Amino acid sequence: MEKTNKMTTGKVSGIIANLVYVEVDGPVQQNEICYIDLEGTKLMAEVIKVMGTKAYVQVFESTRGLKMHNKVEFTGHLLEVTLGPGILSKNYDGLQNDLDKMEGVFLQRGEQTNPLEDDKKWEFKPIAKEGDILQAGGWLGEVTENWMPHKIMVPFKFKGKYTVKSVAKEGKYTIKDVIAVVTDEEGKEIELTMTQKWPVKLAIKAYKEKPRPFKLLETGVRVIDTLNPIAEGGTGFIPGPFGTGKTVLQHALSKQAEADMIIMAACGERANEVVEIFTEFPELIDPRSGRKLMERTTIIANTSNMPVAAREASVYTAMTIAEYYRAMGLKVLLLADSTSRWAQALREMSNRMEELPGPDAFPMDLPAIISSFYSRAGFVYLNNGNTGSITFIGTVSPAGGNLKEPVTESTKKAARCFYALSQQRADSKRYPAIDPLDSYSKYAEYAEVEEYFRKKIDPEWPEKLSLLRNVLTRGREVAEQINILGDDGVPVEYHVTFWKAEVIDFIILQQDAFDEVDSSTSLERQKYMVNKVLDIYHTKFSFESFEEVATYFKRVINQMKQMNYSEFESDKFKQNEKELKTIIDEKKAE
Amino acid sequence: METKAFQKIYTKITQITKATCSLHATDVGYDEIAVVNGRMAQVVKIIGDEITLQVFGGTEGIPTNAEVIFLGRPATLKVSEELSGRFFNAYGDPIDGGPEIEGEERQIGGPSVNPVRRKQPSEFIPTGIAGIDLNNALVTGQKIPFFADPDQPFNQVMSMVALRAKADKIILGGMGLTNDDYLYYKNVFDNAGALDRIISFVNTTEDPPVERLLVPDMALTAAEYFAVDKKQKVLVLLTDMTLFADALSIVSNRMDQIPSKDSMPGSLYSDLAKIYEKAVQFPEGGSITIIAVTTLSGGDITHAIPDNTGYITEGQLFLRKDTDIGKVIVDPFRSLSRLKQLVIGKKTREDHPQVMNAAVRLYADAANARTKLENGFDLTDYDERALEFAKDYSEKLLAIDVNIEVDEMLSTAWNLFDKHFKPAEVGIKKDLVEKYWPKDN
Ligand SMILES: Nc1ncnc2c1ncn2[C@@H]1O[C@H](COP(=O)(O)OP(=O)(O)O)[C@@H](O)[C@H]1O
Ligand SMILES: [Mg+2]
Repeated sequence: MEKTNKMTTGKVSGIIANLVYVEVDGPVQQNEICYIDLEGTKLMAEVIKVMGTKAYVQVFESTRGLKMHNKVEFTGHLLEVTLGPGILSKNYDGLQNDLDKMEGVFLQRGEQTNPLEDDKKWEFKPIAKEGDILQAGGWLGEVTENWMPHKIMVPFKFKGKYTVKSVAKEGKYTIKDVIAVVTDEEGKEIELTMTQKWPVKLAIKAYKEKPRPFKLLETGVRVIDTLNPIAEGGTGFIPGPFGTGKTVLQHALSKQAEADMIIMAACGERANEVVEIFTEFPELIDPRSGRKLMERTTIIANTSNMPVAAREASVYTAMTIAEYYRAMGLKVLLLADSTSRWAQALREMSNRMEELPGPDAFPMDLPAIISSFYSRAGFVYLNNGNTGSITFIGTVSPAGGNLKEPVTESTKKAARCFYALSQQRADSKRYPAIDPLDSYSKYAEYAEVEEYFRKKIDPEWPEKLSLLRNVLTRGREVAEQINILGDDGVPVEYHVTFWKAEVIDFIILQQDAFDEVDSSTSLERQKYMVNKVLDIYHTKFSFESFEEVATYFKRVINQMKQMNYSEFESDKFKQNEKELKTIIDEKKAE
Repeated sequence: METKAFQKIYTKITQITKATCSLHATDVGYDEIAVVNGRMAQVVKIIGDEITLQVFGGTEGIPTNAEVIFLGRPATLKVSEELSGRFFNAYGDPIDGGPEIEGEERQIGGPSVNPVRRKQPSEFIPTGIAGIDLNNALVTGQKIPFFADPDQPFNQVMSMVALRAKADKIILGGMGLTNDDYLYYKNVFDNAGALDRIISFVNTTEDPPVERLLVPDMALTAAEYFAVDKKQKVLVLLTDMTLFADALSIVSNRMDQIPSKDSMPGSLYSDLAKIYEKAVQFPEGGSITIIAVTTLSGGDITHAIPDNTGYITEGQLFLRKDTDIGKVIVDPFRSLSRLKQLVIGKKTREDHPQVMNAAVRLYADAANARTKLENGFDLTDYDERALEFAKDYSEKLLAIDVNIEVDEMLSTAWNLFDKHFKPAEVGIKKDLVEKYWPKDN
């Protein structure tokens, strides 16, 4: 990677918003980073196309005041992030600048801040011993970051095998101190510190193997865990018109999901939504670790008013950080809201470059870009036998709420779970508005996942789930018939079928994200409630008229909601359950 | 407009389109302002020494030998306390016959607030309108548009909200306002004795459409001055953002950009977000709240303008005529305030969230009943009661002429529940029902 020859320079030869043409005097690489000098302010930019001596660069800042012939310096490297202890709990922008270190209320053009702390001392413990043979990603030692063991690894850029010559003794070191010396295959000695750099657009592949995901990743969201489960290391996406609950759902996942680390990429959405996380996460407790949520979270904030070109960078920055932590053997959950904004940033640039547009003026290679990004997620076996994972869930904001648009369609091909938010459900406040029947999880069909369910939850879990789905489908069909034929145009039995499906809808599918108890449901409790609603489904009731049916089931639902609102197995819960039984017994057929 | 001795003057325009002109010039900065034949223009493209200028006043009558003067700076606004009570055009020049403003000259369309320097909005803005306060509570630092067909009284509702909002400053950004509406605002503010805390930047239908593009940035530069420097609570009214977006599409089409949906530029989302994201709550107390108007055509919210707006703003307020009661209401189904959770039940009474949800749910039941009725089916007793409830609810709470305190809205709702339903049908948490359900019958 190192370059010894003189760095290429250039001069601005054209400006259209944040697309700048640069006349260069030497070699340039595709995606190379350069800095444009605007009266002393350095504007960071990335090469996105080269034609002869003309480089097209996208500038990550406003180009206001930029002039012809302004000087440009090329750096010889691609867009990189710095990896090392200190990333956890940080608030970065899309280019990994630490937002908290920036001065003033407003973002200043050209201001760059250190993503890590150079003089902070970390308690280091060696893992590798002299003579060990390691490759890229091999563990040399660890420090404690917040409360997590943070592995110090052989840099990912290293190719081949390295012999450990020495590892620093247990003690306090900064990220700049040498903590190990290794020798390469030619016997050359290399000193290593706790940090390394990696170009964000390339996947880190420091692992042995990537099997199909097979374990459930618990999220506490019933309609996901129970009906459309996502696997650890799996991929999913949440498309939905505005206001249907994409962000609320992602925030719920970030609070509750069973992961060691959460990375939130706020990509081109509202600043106040990020502020919500800044405000709440340092206070909220992660029930699994008993620690503050912020201690396991890193935020990449490139909100809609921040530079458009950095939106694209932000999702890659987030993914690279996720890969870094995965290589430490951790379970990482990566959330991106919204991947459509990233696609739109690509579109803006492609239009400025006057490229031949694909559907809806998006670039032609959009599907390929999206699928190669999703493919970076996954469950892996590391070279040392440990496992790590990145589960990735992105939101998609389809224009006009129409799912037949390029970003949704491309993502559908790439992601294995599809959580379709329905406008109709959102309008009737049936939150989370995930359509239970249109949505799917391909993982639920994997034999190894089914096996896992039978062992971990209930030997008959898969059968119960397909029954739930059938009841919901049947409920929907009956509802349509009632709509066409009228309440009294169908047998009373139809109303019972409809309302039994409503019980599942209200008690399992719907979940109040803002209620302390209801917002997160343990698997054990999900199983308990699924059995409860199925008991009701299996119960035979006797009714005189259809009018009676609706009134009765509303009482049942109301009573079961009280259960959902009470602490699992608390006295209140049991009391509500008892009252439910009384209600059920009232109408139970002999 | 200013001219200075050292400024270079050019007199050879090489290309003219409806909204732009091009010429050869050197040492020009991107976004820089120029004066073309006395009209203000902005640099939108530089290729070699060929400069393309977007002429805000339109290019009608501009000759190829027109005088072009580059000012060496982007568009600016002079800010100081003197702005209060004044009316300006889109360029920030007074149109009320008053003197020029003395103050610090600031670039418009400046940088964004660092997200970590923001504070989470938490101050409730009561408006007295239950369709807003009860179902879609507004919060300082929020950005929210009215979605309304052109025949809805959005200007009236917006001025009402503005006056009741207890803001330190109200900044009106008018884009394509009819002269009558402009005078209406002026009148209402004057009658309320509020003129000294109002600042207006107005582009009327009589002005060239492309000028509108400057209005939001002018209004928000003034807003940032009062919110940051003076730590004041500022309310910015932007009407009509649909006409703003139309002006964007005029310009981008003239520049041969590939249009995306509904012939809007592909950058529409970013363009609108840059404006709306200026809404902010600062930790030191200052805030900018943006209430906008996005007119719809035939109620279609899938059109690119409302669609992109909805993705950016923190909810939307939908106005609709309820033919049952003959009044305009804030539609509870399609309206949403995304920040309401931050205040309802916290800054307002504990039962607020549940009462709000229950009432909307019952209103939805009434809508289903109405569909049944229209399809010629018999109604159940419950359906009948739901319909009765809906009428009362619409009249006493949703109509925009309601003006009461939040506690009264809540007790009105409980009374309606009691009048039409049994507690189990309302589906509110038990402890709240015990506490608030009317006891006397
Ligand atoms: N699970 C939920 N429980 C209660 N309300 C919800 C839920 N999900 C969404 N909402 C409501 O919908 C609004 C919009 O949700 P949001 O996630 O911001 O939508 P999107 O990101 O799809 O535009 C929220 O402000 C909230 O009022
Ligand atoms: Mg969202």
